[in-house]
Amino acid sequence: MASEQPTYEELIKGLWRENPVFIQLLGLCPALAVTNSAINALAMGAATTFVLVGSSLLVSSLRSLIPKQVRITTFIIVIATFVTVADFTLQALAPVVHKELGAFIALIVVNCLILGRQEAFASRHSQRPALADALGMSLGFSFALFLLGAIREILGSGSLFGVSLFGPDFEPWVIMILPPGGFITLGLLLGVFAWFKEHRERASQQAALDTGERRAA
Amino acid sequence: MLPEIDFAGLLWIFVAASVVNNFTLSYFLGLCPFLGVSGRIETALRMGMANIFVLLVTSLCASLLNTFVLPHAPYLRLLAFIVVIASTVQFVEMAIKKLSPALFRALGIFLPLITTNCAILGLALFQTNKQYGFIEGIVFALGAGCGLTLALVLMAGIREENELATIPEALKGAAMSFLVAGILSMAFMGFAGLFSATS
Amino acid sequence: MASPEAGPLRMMVTLGIAGLCSGIAVVGIFLVTKPRIERNRAEALEAAIFRVLEGAKTRVALVLREGELVRYEAEDGAIPKEEAIYAGYDESGALVGHAIPAEGAGFQDTIKLLYGYRAASARVVGIEVLESRETPGLGDKIIKDDHFVANFRDLAVEPEIVLTKTARSRENEVEAISGATISSRAVVRIINESNARWLARLGGDQARHGTADADERVLARGGVE
Repeated sequence: MASEQPTYEELIKGLWRENPVFIQLLGLCPALAVTNSAINALAMGAATTFVLVGSSLLVSSLRSLIPKQVRITTFIIVIATFVTVADFTLQALAPVVHKELGAFIALIVVNCLILGRQEAFASRHSQRPALADALGMSLGFSFALFLLGAIREILGSGSLFGVSLFGPDFEPWVIMILPPGGFITLGLLLGVFAWFKEHRERASQQAALDTGERRAA
Repeated sequence: MLPEIDFAGLLWIFVAASVVNNFTLSYFLGLCPFLGVSGRIETALRMGMANIFVLLVTSLCASLLNTFVLPHAPYLRLLAFIVVIASTVQFVEMAIKKLSPALFRALGIFLPLITTNCAILGLALFQTNKQYGFIEGIVFALGAGCGLTLALVLMAGIREENELATIPEALKGAAMSFLVAGILSMAFMGFAGLFSATS
Repeated sequence: MASPEAGPLRMMVTLGIAGLCSGIAVVGIFLVTKPRIERNRAEALEAAIFRVLEGAKTRVALVLREGELVRYEAEDGAIPKEEAIYAGYDESGALVGHAIPAEGAGFQDTIKLLYGYRAASARVVGIEVLESRETPGLGDKIIKDDHFVANFRDLAVEPEIVLTKTARSRENEVEAISGATISSRAVVRIINESNARWLARLGGDQARHGTADADERVLARGGVE
């Protein structure tokens, strides 16, 4: 019953047009809490990707078996299982990263993005589009996290991936890696994106006028 | 006989959870309702109340789970917490629907979203990490809830004012909310000084 | 969409199966990763012991039995699960000092640390933070600020360690990190509390465990820094 768009479209919509963080404002808790350095941001992105892709595939495969009334509970159980798996695996294979991300790995369970995608997409589509959608959303999420993490680390610690950029004379803007810096970075980024969008729309309107394709306002 | 209660310690837990380490402004927990329903002070207050209630029940459940179930099966912690929380929220939703249809309408979609409100699970996890007992847990939940409500109401107040202010077109909406939150968060950092005063 | 309208039985069965599968998966991954996680933790602690006790080549775990410190014997030289402190010995078998794990509340969450203590000179000789979630950029300087960490390389514990906001002028003083006074104070408090608990017990212990006997199980220092 769902209109099956081309899979490619499902994949790339999450990157920008429906970017979970910048456009939909979902999953903000991890997006702001762990992005005080680029490497943490990437690790969080990877863990979220694993959970989202895994849960979407499973939910989409089982979608006809899950009664509607208990679907949310079932989704949550599925997601919690994947998160626990990710948690233990990280602890075993990359204890240093796990130490940095701390309690926020467990909080992936309540990332609205993941539950939202199960409810809005995976439970209504077959595996292929569900996989594409999950991958696209995860990539978009990871990209947003990386952007936030990189900006905050460059300004707040004067480094990127732990490599010092500006030499010893740089006085880091410590506020950027503190909680207020997270809010302010995201706020300004959203502002910049909105400004560009506004700009482009005005430019394209202008172009439309120039070529004489007048439309009723 | 009740065990001796350390009131100063409890007061400290409350202050720490509500303002010093405010859940929303320094842990980023519970941002969804923060941005979603903080348009009106009235709604924000109600959302805060719903949150306090759910937090209290969560803390209670977490204490019980921590005492009776999880020592035997620590690996089930996350699953047990989330399932208990989800059922609690369902229960609250039903109760509110029955008792106060007006409130139910006012909170609308955001009540089920409390389940996926990181603050709730965050509370259960932090409480476990800090090894709080039953009473400490309740006070911690109350503090966290009051902190959330305070943040929601402050935010709503500022947003109501902002509706009449001239703001650059590009910053209207979410962008402005985040900038405001950033400044609020900076203000709340000042409460950290309370730590120096006590210890 | 073919989402079935289901009766209560069907709902319960679905949730039951979901719970069961999830339980099996979680227990499975727990059992698979457990040995590795424990080994990681033990390795981290092991490495930290030799960092806070400079010159130590072997270590012996000591645990409390009826208020007395006794040597902990494990088949494979593993780290005890109960609370323990560690005595470090140099190549000749002479006691270098004790590595003592301690924990307490920091600004945001519990700080877990390990410090080296020499009973002979009554001094703290090194510190290593094992776990902390102090604010990045401020509180986490307790790990990253070399100047702060250097305070603990030669620090008298009598009468007790105190925090100062000016340059260090006495042997029992620690200079606080500017911007991270709370975390600095937490570290000092944790060590003082732990000292009150362990130091009295170390005196007698030193005579008894002054040297590592050849036949007793000691762990060779793993790897070279």
